[in-house]
Amino acid sequence: MNIEWYIVLSSLLFAVGAMGILVRRSPVVILLCLELMLNAGNLALVAFSRMVGNQEGQVFAIVVMVVAACEVVIGLGLIVAIFRRKLPLDVDQLRELRG
Amino acid sequence: MEAVLFFAAALGALSGAVGVVALRNPFYGVLALIVHLFSLAVLFLLLSAAFVAAAQVVVYAGAVMVLYVFVVAYVGGDTESAWEPIPGQRFLAPLVGAALFVELSIAVLGSSLLALGTEGPDVEPGFGDPAGIGKLLLEDFLLPFEASSILLLLAAVGAVVLAGRKGEEESAS
Repeated sequence: MNIEWYIVLSSLLFAVGAMGILVRRSPVVILLCLELMLNAGNLALVAFSRMVGNQEGQVFAIVVMVVAACEVVIGLGLIVAIFRRKLPLDVDQLRELRG
Repeated sequence: MEAVLFFAAALGALSGAVGVVALRNPFYGVLALIVHLFSLAVLFLLLSAAFVAAAQVVVYAGAVMVLYVFVVAYVGGDTESAWEPIPGQRFLAPLVGAALFVELSIAVLGSSLLALGTEGPDVEPGFGDPAGIGKLLLEDFLLPFEASSILLLLAAVGAVVLAGRKGEEESAS
């Protein structure tokens, strides 16, 4: 398969993830859509690394995975903290930063 | 054979992504994301990135998704309110997504990267295996490797601080 197929698929997945972030309100689902976008970026990195014939792009993809794992941990920690304080789990109603 | 595998995995990845966006219940969304991640691992294997594919399945589809399942089970799959703060948001968002896709495709395919139309150069059998990636991580990319370990430690401490029991007592008192 040509590399451009992978790149087009990656941009399609990125667009679907961005659309999900715009449409959905639940913070959990917004985190899931963020995962979609990060994985689309990973696919593009690995595809470009195959295109150049250099493994360094795959190292980038692994670092992106680490960052995504950190983001998930912090995001889910925030969601649990919001839930414990009996606040609504809706990003439109959570518009104030002060507790 | 490779084309069949590619289109099967691409269909799986795309339907998983659409499932995450479209499914009402967050629990089903997590399951759709697991389908998406497994299909992406197949694509990584097709791109001869064996170690990234293994890390994707073990770390992502395994560990991170278990975390999601636990949090969804704890928080509960509540339904979203129908209240729309921005009028026409549900119609505008797909338009923005489609525009983004067209723009990204034009940006990449319109670039003068001649190698995009090829399958990439022939690589030796060891391309992307754990030995090569590990050598790169520990020699050329040692600083990012150590920085990411500090980042992981910070994230773990931050999650304990955020979701710990202490905050609840403070807010209750």
